[in-house]
Amino acid sequence: MRYAYFPGCSYHATGKEYESSTQAVAKRLGMDLVTIPDWSCCGATASHGKSHLLNIALPARNLAIAEGMGIGEVTTGCAACYQQLANANKKMKESQETRDKVNKITGKEYKGTLEVKSIVDAIGSIDPEQIKAQVVKPLSSLKIASYYGCLLVRPPKITGFDDPENPMFMDNMMKLAGAEALDWAHKTECCGASLGVSNLGIAVKMINRILKAAVEKGADCIIVACPFCHLNLDWHQKSVNKQLGTNYDIPVFYFTELLGLAMGISPDELGFKTHFTDTQKVLSLVG
Amino acid sequence: MELINLNQSINENADFTKKIGIESGQPVQKCYQCGKCTAGCPVAFAMDYKPNQVIRMVQLGMKDELLKSNTIWICSSCSTCSTRCPCNVEVANVMEALRIMAWKSGTAPAGKAKYVEVMYDALLGTVEKYGRTFEVGLVLQNNLKSGKLFNGADMGLPMFQKGKLRLTPTKVQGAAEVARIFAEARKMEGGVK
Repeated sequence: MRYAYFPGCSYHATGKEYESSTQAVAKRLGMDLVTIPDWSCCGATASHGKSHLLNIALPARNLAIAEGMGIGEVTTGCAACYQQLANANKKMKESQETRDKVNKITGKEYKGTLEVKSIVDAIGSIDPEQIKAQVVKPLSSLKIASYYGCLLVRPPKITGFDDPENPMFMDNMMKLAGAEALDWAHKTECCGASLGVSNLGIAVKMINRILKAAVEKGADCIIVACPFCHLNLDWHQKSVNKQLGTNYDIPVFYFTELLGLAMGISPDELGFKTHFTDTQKVLSLVG
Repeated sequence: MELINLNQSINENADFTKKIGIESGQPVQKCYQCGKCTAGCPVAFAMDYKPNQVIRMVQLGMKDELLKSNTIWICSSCSTCSTRCPCNVEVANVMEALRIMAWKSGTAPAGKAKYVEVMYDALLGTVEKYGRTFEVGLVLQNNLKSGKLFNGADMGLPMFQKGKLRLTPTKVQGAAEVARIFAEARKMEGGVK
């Protein structure tokens, strides 16, 4: 399956494990991720606070370039990029007026022919048997809390998910990898996103709830599908401990890292060494 | 507590109520105050007005109070409210419309709200310049403008050691095209800094 691939601005910085593990897993699954040439920022979590048009036009530039690649589907790992691209795509498909206006702003013509999928959805649409066939090292001793966050599943009008309160697609993928997927309460609770930069005092309280729920369920680790969720849950675990007097030490992975681990890809290649939480614990459990 | 004449507020600010309805695309008048949005809001604890209050205040035309509230900036746009509303009011879209209006009207956010606005500007500033977000530049700009000079300073070295810190921005070839997007949006819509 070929996709026009949007890496997103964090791909070689804070979210680099997501990029390396996505590429490694995609290769094993025979997915062809063709990077959108000269892609630019989607507006992230900022442009929607400033201007309706800017918020559509920033992702639209990328959609216009991707449309020219002649590949019908766009995919991206970052949940924020996904929502920005999907939102712009929907708005431009639905309204000729919006499309004309935005095309005028970008100076590029987007006709509205693409489909936008998150990488979770792209991998999830592969035949489960094909994924299972790649699993050489089942994660049978791991209890995993799948954390979906917000932007991947909500609002359902954009994401198209029929169950935004209790999504299961990452849980199902972890089951294919042989792990135990925990039923837990906070899988779609917000981590605070960029409040982690602007108002850490607020964000730590939000992060704390998620970590607490996962730990109380006996999770060995948490998996995410968003660089911001990862930054907040992995790096800021220490900020939570410092500010709220807690003592968390739970590893946080991108789902692609654990899928890759089950496929026998080396932990170093996947990015296990660049986390701030201790990933060794999971490796020793998997053996 | 300050007395507010609601009849007067509704009559004088009917345009505001209508405009927020149009800009957000939401049927704000349908809200009957069940409170589900506030019950599920993960950041309600830090807001001055809770999400259900915001919708009621829009109905009542309480423009000044809303544009000055920290709520519209602190909302993390997680859309839990939008997903759960029994009247199909996407509350997060209403917050967004209020935020844009506050910003265009020059209402300066204060305190926690200001930190959010500064962060938005810092991020978009790097995008306008380079075409992509430059994380280090964003944090530096954010700290200068918010006055929290050492915000995230403890992150620098560990991030660098893990190879997660890019000290120089990546400029896309089409950076001028991206800058043009900002300029054109400003021209068409007004107000984009």
